[in-house]
Amino acid sequence: MEFHRHLDDELNELRDRVLLLGGEAERALERSMNALAERDNNLAREVLDHDDEIDRLEVDVDRQGIDIIALRQPAARDLRFVISVVKMAPILERVADHACNIARTVIDLNLEPELKPNAELQRMGRRAVDMVRGALDAFTSNDARAARECITCDTEINVLYNSVFRNLIELMASHPETATRDARLLFIAKHIERIGDYATDICELTVYMSEAAIIKHVH
Amino acid sequence: MSTPTPTITTKFSVPERRVKTTSAVHLTGPAKVSIRNLNFYYGRAQALHDISLDVPERFVMAFIGPSGCGKSTFLRTLNRMNDVIPGTRAEGEVLIDGRDIYGSGTDVVDLRRRVGMVFQKSNPFPKSVFENVAYGLRINQVTSSKSELEGRVEQALKDAALWTEVKDRLKSSALGLSGGQQQRLCIARALAIRPEVILMDEPASALDPIATTKIEELIFDLKKHYTIIIVTHNMQQAARVSDLTAFFLLGKLIEVNTTEKMFTAPGDKVTEDYITGRFG
Repeated sequence: MEFHRHLDDELNELRDRVLLLGGEAERALERSMNALAERDNNLAREVLDHDDEIDRLEVDVDRQGIDIIALRQPAARDLRFVISVVKMAPILERVADHACNIARTVIDLNLEPELKPNAELQRMGRRAVDMVRGALDAFTSNDARAARECITCDTEINVLYNSVFRNLIELMASHPETATRDARLLFIAKHIERIGDYATDICELTVYMSEAAIIKHVH
Repeated sequence: MSTPTPTITTKFSVPERRVKTTSAVHLTGPAKVSIRNLNFYYGRAQALHDISLDVPERFVMAFIGPSGCGKSTFLRTLNRMNDVIPGTRAEGEVLIDGRDIYGSGTDVVDLRRRVGMVFQKSNPFPKSVFENVAYGLRINQVTSSKSELEGRVEQALKDAALWTEVKDRLKSSALGLSGGQQQRLCIARALAIRPEVILMDEPASALDPIATTKIEELIFDLKKHYTIIIVTHNMQQAARVSDLTAFFLLGKLIEVNTTEKMFTAPGDKVTEDYITGRFG
């Protein structure tokens, strides 16, 4: 049983690492949205400065997952866990990349006069943060039901995205002088919409890990 | 009045349950081997409990389970090899192509020709490579001429992926071959008489990784023509070579499933604990 105490230790370590990565990605997203709301260049720069650490964490998770597969040859629930984590790490890194893109756009926006606050865009951001958090919580507790519930939140983000998109296009048409800034906000909206998709991917991996059910592309 | 039959006791207990299977197992074509409610006894000790299982034709099925779980005993019931052990008794049916091998009138010699066996330890005869493979053909009087005999030996050695390694030393002693070659020679010996089912009892457990790979590749090739049932303690080997896997514990069949399902999402908690090494 010694061997499997080692395996359990390694699986726990892998779980801790991916949760650390998830926490960092979630924090990057939250900070980038706060930077947008508060026109805070320093906060946006902090997000950008921290991205290397997130990239390093992703590589660590990847490397440890491969080591476990190669050296421990996990099966059944252990295999599903390792596979889920290895697939989750680049998703979380991409969430952080989108947060960085938002932060860069914030810095660009702050070079120009302030627009009227876009409440729907802010709501989108909060929903995306909640969704990433919910997806990570479901993963942590190996809760497929919570993961499935979390997936439904993506619909709200998509609805908000369509509304934000429509309103910004109308604004660009009616106030061409704000078009550049509106376009930047459109990019931010798109980043948030993609983050909702990534949170969905994480939830799908949790369902796979928990139930061995592949629900990708079927909900 | 019959006396109660003692059962094997260990620290593990297996609750009564239905054997877990998936529908995929039932969709794999007609069964070559069907086992129905098989019980097996060593004297008064019951070693197998009410086993029912189908092995489809030209599939590889692996039996896995901890030592003493009955998988080798079960394997040996499929060609009545246990008959040679005094005091053993089988109840239930083992059907091959629908005919019960425990039924009256079964020719056990013919049965063992149809259901060949390869053992854990290679057991070549102290004869030449050629004579080892030709032995079964001679005693069964399968061939009518020297050229036919030579052709069958050559084909069996080719089927066992051994021909290129031994074609220039057919008259040399089989005992001079490496362990892996000896095991493939035993497989060639079994193949020479053209069995329909091949039973393998841990055929690679004493071999190095290269020889093991050759045996596994051979199993993969052989399943085009034969139904193969393999007992293995090496779960990665079961995962690599088999289409279906059956998990035994304490003489009971706990779960039979497609190998893919068994190793990624077994249907039974006990199976999962065994496969992930958290058993006991």
